Parts: sequence; structure tokens; C-alpha cells
Amino acid sequence: MNEILWISLEALIKAIIILSLLLLSAAISVYLERKLSAWIQLRIGPNRVGPFGLLQPIVDVVKLIMKEDIVPNGANKFLHGLAPVISLAVAIMVWAVIPVADPIKIGDHIIQMGISPNADIGILFILAMTSVGVYGIALAGWSSNNKYSLLGGLRSSAQMISYELSMGLAILSIILISGSFSLSDIVNQQFSHWGGFRWNIFIQPLGFLIFLTTAFAETNRAPFDLPEAEQELVSGYNTEYSGMRFGMFFLAEYANMATSSAIITLLYLGGWTLPFAPSAIGLEQGTWILGLVQFVIFAIKIYLLVMFFIWVRWTVPRFRYDQLMRLGWKVLLPLALLNLILTSFGVLFINH
Amino acid sequence: MYLTTFGIVLVFFIVGALFVAVGLFTAALVRPKNPTPEKLRTYESGEIPMGSPWIQFNNRFYIIGLAYIIFDVELVLLFPWSVVYKTLGWYSFIAMVIFLMILIIGLVYDWAKGYLEWDKPNPVIPQLNELIIHRKKVNKEN
Amino acid sequence: MNTFQIVFYLFALIVIISAMGVVFSRKLMYSAFSLLFTFFGVAGIYALLNADFLAVVQIMIYVGGILVLIIFGVMLTTKITDVDMISGKTGKWVYLGASIVSLSVLTLLLYMFNTVNWNLPGATAIYHDSSLDALGTVLLTKYVLTFLVAAILLLIAFIGAALIARKGN
Repeated sequence: MNEILWISLEALIKAIIILSLLLLSAAISVYLERKLSAWIQLRIGPNRVGPFGLLQPIVDVVKLIMKEDIVPNGANKFLHGLAPVISLAVAIMVWAVIPVADPIKIGDHIIQMGISPNADIGILFILAMTSVGVYGIALAGWSSNNKYSLLGGLRSSAQMISYELSMGLAILSIILISGSFSLSDIVNQQFSHWGGFRWNIFIQPLGFLIFLTTAFAETNRAPFDLPEAEQELVSGYNTEYSGMRFGMFFLAEYANMATSSAIITLLYLGGWTLPFAPSAIGLEQGTWILGLVQFVIFAIKIYLLVMFFIWVRWTVPRFRYDQLMRLGWKVLLPLALLNLILTSFGVLFINH
Repeated sequence: MYLTTFGIVLVFFIVGALFVAVGLFTAALVRPKNPTPEKLRTYESGEIPMGSPWIQFNNRFYIIGLAYIIFDVELVLLFPWSVVYKTLGWYSFIAMVIFLMILIIGLVYDWAKGYLEWDKPNPVIPQLNELIIHRKKVNKEN
Repeated sequence: MNTFQIVFYLFALIVIISAMGVVFSRKLMYSAFSLLFTFFGVAGIYALLNADFLAVVQIMIYVGGILVLIIFGVMLTTKITDVDMISGKTGKWVYLGASIVSLSVLTLLLYMFNTVNWNLPGATAIYHDSSLDALGTVLLTKYVLTFLVAAILLLIAFIGAALIARKGN
């Protein structure tokens, strides 16, 4: 019984840390988006609140909390309230299997850096959670009693399920190479050869491109932001949301961006690993300093990718819906199937 | 060992749910509640909303959903295959290729029949009135 | 009662309550939505019983695929003129027939529950680490024909569904 208590306590602390980090990262992403978009468009961006406008995200959140929560006439009150909760819950739950560094040792205890990164089915869990993510948006669109919302929700669900297939096939190719579903194993495998640079992106360039494209589509970011295309659908599925419920959609969107970046980093860009053995600069395996260094490396990679997401949003025009579907079903899906067959052939060819 | 993993994920889920609940609860405490008929009206770019939003939409969405389920099941069947792939060797490669080929037939069929086709916009390029062009030509010649 | 049992009964309660919601709710959208919780509860029970792969598959296919299709279906139905899409009234004979069918299924399940030997000490030892390895080996050696027949079944479903769905256009 005592042991269960300790495990629960550890899980509780880790859960709180991960949640605060996720919140923080969403806040940073919002700030980055506003600042970078301003630079791209030759504006200044937020600069009033705090030094360089750094406190802007906090003020934004406070504003959202203080706003009235409007449920329009004819909306389904229960589902309208529940939809953003589902969106945010899914965005949070994905972090249950994402590791952020190698496990560290304190005394006799080995502490995993992540909620439960050793889960056998890590990647599959992420895929499952992505498929649940459709519900928040579809229900928001359906329950709002608004034409824009319904169209946005419908487009979004069709788009997400179309691109999820290619994503799954790209992940399958990675599993073939690493032979494990656990994200820590996949990262460690990328570290073990070629002086730490055997990143999967070099072995799976096609798979990386497919995964990157589907990640954009799954997060509903430009150029795949048809569900919330301002010019035709006002704001898409979240047109009728205000206050904290809108804030939850907003938070979920930015958390999803960070999550996608994290998954891309883990699967293709070597995760948290250093480009050399950690003992070369005097860091022993299992010390907390090494854990911290690895976490910082991981965070830097994530933020470079987040900036890439933002950069793409402010430079690339939006797809048309028929182009989007053509890309998903007629380009990405055949390419992903081809990639899978080529990968499996290559893996066997090298192994036998 | 397995159960602790499951338990930890469960704890994380509960903490996450609590976090969301607390967020909503604080917002409910501090936000104003002051509804007016204008505020509560369905937003339709400032116009008075017309008709029902629950329009009947194109059944292509439905076909996309069906195709998704088929390929999703295929994906799920391939996951156990990927684990034992290296140990079973060429035999499993051939099994997988046959499996995929059968499904690719389905994809090709739908593709060829145009079920995956979406309506393309068919813009009419505005043209100058042919009469005007003709007159201009005549004027020039004179 | 230990923790395991408490969690198990919690999930069972979720499954039963939401399944009752599916059956008794008159609004189709609510029924579809209750089904979401039923699927999640079943996935939770799978995960609790060491079948983590099955749990994830349950979420991926039933929640991510089939339920989306059901919701699309509700949205596609021609009679949508109102928020509250209500399922049709059923007559006395339908109630009677449904009761007989469900009672016989219940009897069958109870009979199975009482006669099957659930205690398989060998099985837990084999499948303890990961259910995936064992599943993959069995799927590709003993049941490889089933594996390929499943593909043909999927192909038929794919083509047939598209044909039927497209016919009305």
C-alpha cells in the first residue's frame, strides 16, 4: 500500500509539472506567433505589456477568463460546453506517453522523465488520441446552431481523418526500423550509431515529409486551416465561442502545435540526444544535470519546429478544399504506402 | 509493472480533468453574465440568421469516412505485423505485400470511378464583349 | 475490494450508464454521443486487463472511425430540420421482439459465463510482457489465411460501401 502511495505521489507531481510546462509552452507559442507574424509583415507586434511585450500572453489569458461566456440561442447547451473540454483534454492526454529526457537516478530510485514513457504502445496511444481529437471540433461545429460552425466542423473532421491514414503509415515505417512502439526506444535507437546523428530523417526523408505535412493538417494550421478560413467561415467551428471556452480551443490549438513538434522531434530529429556520448563532456548517465541538458536540447528542437510552423502559416496561402482532398488521398496516401513497402524491403535487405 | 503504467496514466488523466475543471470554475466565478437578445443571436455576419443551419451536406464526406475506416482497420492489422517483421523475414514481407495490394485495388477502383473526386471550382474567365473587339478592329482598319 | 476492483467497477459503471443512454435517449445525436463513453469505458476495461493493444485499437477504430461515420450519418439524414432529431416511435410488437432477442442473448452470455473455464494460468504467463508480439506471430503463422481473407473482406466493404453511398447521387 505504501508503495502505491509513493507511485501515485510521483505521478501527481510529474502530472503537475508536465501540465504547467504545457501551459507555459502554449503561452510562449502565442507570443512567438504574434511577434514573428509581426516581423514577417513589417509590424512591431505586442510591445506594451512588460519588456518586449513578454507578459502579453498572461494578459490575454486574464482577459479571456474575465469575458462573458455566450451560448447562442438554439445551441445545444451541453454539447456546446463540452466540446472545448474534449479538445483540450485530448491535447493534454497525448503527453502521457511523451518522454522529455533519459531517466534520471536519485538514490535508488529511477525516475522516468515523462508521465509513463515506457508504455509498450506509446505511439499507438498518440495515434488513438489524435483520432479522438476530431470530436471536439465536430461537436463544436454541430452544437453551435451556426452555419459557419457546422461547415467548419465538417471540413475539419473530414480533413483530419483523411490525413491520419498517411500519418499512421509514416509511423509504421518508423516502427519497422526501430522495432519498438516505445518512444524512448525510438529515440535511443537514433542515438546509437553514426556518432549520434543516425536521425530517422536521414533514413526516412520521404516519411518525414509525409509526417510533417500530416502534422500541419492535423493541427489545422495554415496552409490547411480551411476549418477556420476567415474569409469564408468567419472563424469556423469556434465562431460561437467566447470567454474561457474559446480560450480552451485556443490553448488546445497551440498545445497541439507544441505536441506535434515534440512528436516530430522524437520520431525523426533524434529527440533529446546529444550529438556525442554524454560522458565526453563529463556528464554521467542518470545524473539530473544530464537530464536537464537533454530537456533543454529537446525544448530547443521543439521551438525551432514551432517557429517553422509559424513561418509557414504566414508565408503559404491556403489550399482549396478539392486540392486538400487530392493531396491527402491521391498524393500522400500512395506515397505513404510506397514508403512503407520500400522501408520494409530495405529493412529485410539489410538484416538478411 | 503494467498496472502501474496504467495507473499513472489514469492519475495524469484525473489531474488533467481537474485542471480543466478548475479553469472553467474560476472563469465562472469572475466573468460577468449579462445576456441580451442581440448577443445571444446566432452570428451570421451581422445579418438576421435565416433558415436552419443543419443543412444536408454532400455525401462525399460519408464516403471519405468509409474509406478512412477501411484503411484504419488495415493499419491496425499491420501493427502486430510490424513487431514480428524482422524475425519472420521474407515470408512476412510477401504476406504484407499481398495484403496491401488487395487494398490498393480498392483505392485504385475508387480513384478510377471518381469517388475521391471533389468538386473543382469552374471559374468563367471574364471576356470582353466580342462585339466591342470586332468594332475596335473595324475602326483600326478604317 | 482492492484498487483493481474499484477501477474495474468504475469503468463497468461508465459502460452500463452510457449504454443505457444510447438506448433510451430519443435524440439521435445524444445516442451517438453516449456511445463515445461506452467505447471509452470498454477501452478502459481492456487496458485494465493487460490488453493494451486492444484498448488502443478500440479507440482508434470504434471511436475514431465508426462513431465519426455514425455522426456523419446523423448529419446526412434527410430529415434534419430541427436540432432535436428524434428517433421514431416503436410499436408494441417491436418492444416484444426486442425483449425476446435481448433476453435470449443474455441467457446465452450467462450460460457461457458459467460454463467456460476462465482460469488459464498458462496464458497469463505467455502474454504478460506485450500482447503485440504474440498477436503478430499468431496472425502471420497460424492465421495468415485469415489475415489475407480479412484484406479481401475489407476490399469488398470498400467498393460496396462506395457504390451504395454514391448511388443516390
